[in-house]
Amino acid sequence: MNDMTAPLAFAAADYKSDYKPIWCPGCGDYTVLSSVTKALAMIQRPPHEVAVVSGIGCSSRLPAYTTCYGFHGVHGRALAAGTGLKVARPDLTVIVAGGDGDGYSIGGNHFLHACRRNVDLTYIVMDNHVYGMTKGQASPTTEPDWDNKLSPGGTGVRAFHPLVIALASGANFVARAFSGDPNGTAAIIAQAIRHPGFSFVEVLSPCITFRPEQRQWKELVHAAPVAETDDPARAARRIMTDDGFNVGVLYAGSRPVYARAKEASASLAEIEAEFAL
Amino acid sequence: MSSSNRQAPQTMESLMAQALLMEREAVARYTELAEMMETHNNTEVADLFRKMAEYEGHHVAQILADMDWAEDDFAPHDAGTWATAEPPESVPVDEMHYLMHPWHALQLALAAEQRAVSFFDNLVREATSDDIRRAAESMRDEELEHVALVKAWLQKVPKPGAEWAVDPDPPRYAD
Repeated sequence: MNDMTAPLAFAAADYKSDYKPIWCPGCGDYTVLSSVTKALAMIQRPPHEVAVVSGIGCSSRLPAYTTCYGFHGVHGRALAAGTGLKVARPDLTVIVAGGDGDGYSIGGNHFLHACRRNVDLTYIVMDNHVYGMTKGQASPTTEPDWDNKLSPGGTGVRAFHPLVIALASGANFVARAFSGDPNGTAAIIAQAIRHPGFSFVEVLSPCITFRPEQRQWKELVHAAPVAETDDPARAARRIMTDDGFNVGVLYAGSRPVYARAKEASASLAEIEAEFAL
Repeated sequence: MSSSNRQAPQTMESLMAQALLMEREAVARYTELAEMMETHNNTEVADLFRKMAEYEGHHVAQILADMDWAEDDFAPHDAGTWATAEPPESVPVDEMHYLMHPWHALQLALAAEQRAVSFFDNLVREATSDDIRRAAESMRDEELEHVALVKAWLQKVPKPGAEWAVDPDPPRYAD
């Protein structure tokens, strides 16, 4: 036996639970789940040392489909729960997963501050530019001219640009992946988990039920033409000028990672005394 | 994307490792598709995908036996050797539809088998030794048998009409 055939303690299947996904057949989230389990097999972290936290939405069902610890929480608050968990249990690998509505709209403020805090966790957003679970309303990343019965002629509102926001807010790792390339996505997620600080992976994950035209994404995605950078200015220029289908690691920085204070400088009683009436 | 790192295998072991990975991913994907269809009560197509997973599983077993590898050997996620984003024999998830018929499923399976034939055909051309060429030819011929098998199967299932995807109670919102 040599390197090529070395047995591993954990295979991707070891991270998959017995619960079968109830996503629509054809949904990109199936392969994102597969990428997450492959990424965990790449890093060989035992399932009980990993926690997957989510909010609400189709993609937020993901924790139940893994054998890791899971927390299916409140709409838009997945990052708050994930941050709390990581600070309380820094020994765990914490992955937060969700969709564009949950993460950028309802949870938009948490997204900004999770990037800013730079706590060592990985945030995976399955972005399909639509609210799928509630049957097809425009989300923050929906194109302004997406014409449908609920927003005739489109919303006319500029789409949210999550990668630029993440970079500007302090995320230490910013990448874009595509569900149609599950092995490439797995490699990016594994790199994101290994990278210190807040790692943000935006996965283009088509909703073929409410946005069937997104099947064309596989024709549009392409590998990032330049290597990853640790220079935020270069990364910002690249992200601001790309076509939205540039796949790869766009920024891998060395910003200071959040660390819990070693000791309190005052007791609780002392602090309370200051506010006593 | 995975496609950028493609390299022809230089040793028999790397050729067989690549073939094993492709077949294992095909088994995993067909199983996943079968589960998808079971969840959505399309049992006919689910059964078909299970059957395809079984066929691909025979290839996995054959490669393991030929190479004297154990079931849990080899990382199942060594990407980066395909000319396409996914291994050639994997049916794309986004081609699924909850109302699809066996005819559609077999069309997808046929395309996957044909991609596998092309994959091994390329390896035959790129082979750096006679051993590797012969092994690649052998696997290509097995894939050709699968192509013939799926084509024969297709003759036995009716082609659905144009209205096959019409659902009187669709998942879209009502206006």
